[in-house]
Amino acid sequence: MLSRSSSYKLLKSCSLLSRIPFIFVDLATKPRVRTAHPAGKPLLFEDTSSLSPPMATQGYYVGGAERGDHHLFRDPMASAAVMYGSSLAFQGKNVVNKEISRFVSVSKLKYFFAVDTTYVLKKLLLLLFPYAHQDWEVRYHRDTPLTPRDDVNAPDLYIPSMAFLTYILLAGMALGIQGRFSPEVLGLCASSALVWVVMEVVALALALYLLTVHSDLSTFDLLAYSGYKYVGMIVTMVGGLMFGRNGYFLSLAWASCSFMYFIVCSLRVKILSSLSTDSMGPGASAKPQLRLYITMTIAVFQPIVIYWLTSHLVR
Amino acid sequence: MAFTLYSLIQAAILCVNAIAVLHEDRFLSKVGWGADQGIGGFGDEPGIKSQLLNLVRSVRTVMRVPLIIVNSVCIVLLLLFG
Repeated sequence: MLSRSSSYKLLKSCSLLSRIPFIFVDLATKPRVRTAHPAGKPLLFEDTSSLSPPMATQGYYVGGAERGDHHLFRDPMASAAVMYGSSLAFQGKNVVNKEISRFVSVSKLKYFFAVDTTYVLKKLLLLLFPYAHQDWEVRYHRDTPLTPRDDVNAPDLYIPSMAFLTYILLAGMALGIQGRFSPEVLGLCASSALVWVVMEVVALALALYLLTVHSDLSTFDLLAYSGYKYVGMIVTMVGGLMFGRNGYFLSLAWASCSFMYFIVCSLRVKILSSLSTDSMGPGASAKPQLRLYITMTIAVFQPIVIYWLTSHLVR
Repeated sequence: MAFTLYSLIQAAILCVNAIAVLHEDRFLSKVGWGADQGIGGFGDEPGIKSQLLNLVRSVRTVMRVPLIIVNSVCIVLLLLFG
């Protein structure tokens, strides 16, 4: 990376576009403002979940333009064309970002992917053996929920998406062992599992809306909780592939029980805890039962889905 | 049951169309699902029926124009490609 003084000299020697890159260089070398990380653990990657996007894109954009500039400055027309083209691309990227952020709030999505290795290991252990865990509350830090990096109970979308991909690969392998593999089957399996997830999230959201359960579960939270069952499915399939039919049913029973316990404990905190904020009236007595029924129905539905999506792969 | 994404889209379009054809005056009021029959007791949590009626009415209002577009596109594509 060029230091400030040498980059200034390089730009001054080129007469045509020396003024515009000055502003960008200032922005690129200014230290970025970052919200304080509560735990202070060493991060493997840069924490972009709190950075403002325009600063990041401008810094990266300028880097490429600067390095290419001093080759082309001999021909002012070419360098003008390069600057024009890159500014067009920059505008296009801004428009695309704006359109995407209208449908999917990117910062909310970044919260779900702010994970690290210890969180993933602890969460996987929790999904397969939740009986020892005591405290299921999601901790808050000044009104915003803590990122998954700092709180084991927080839902994330990294584990569900990775588990989904692993499930698809395992399904391909299982079909290959049975001799029924072809590349189309892989795509069919993937879209089938995706459709099940979408249907379950839609059914959950509809049930929560119709029964006026005012919880703070967003769509992404529901997606995360229903995506966690893929971990159980992977364990079931591995057990079935390694140990045959008996192993399949044994690991199915184990994974179903642990996942049901996990779901009941996690959702009980979120759904039933909103009772304390509601006004107590004559209709309130029916509510705890309804919410309990919802949680129980969700829990009972999981082993069915796990069995349905894995039994045809293990013969 | 092998679901594809295409069958999901088909099912979604058919369901939303089904909700959109429920006419307010000619049908819903006769059954007892009209707009004025949904509002139950005030100050209390709305029951399932009023939530459902609210949902039906809002789906009909919001999805009217997009459904016109989507249905036209579907008709043209099915005519051309079978």
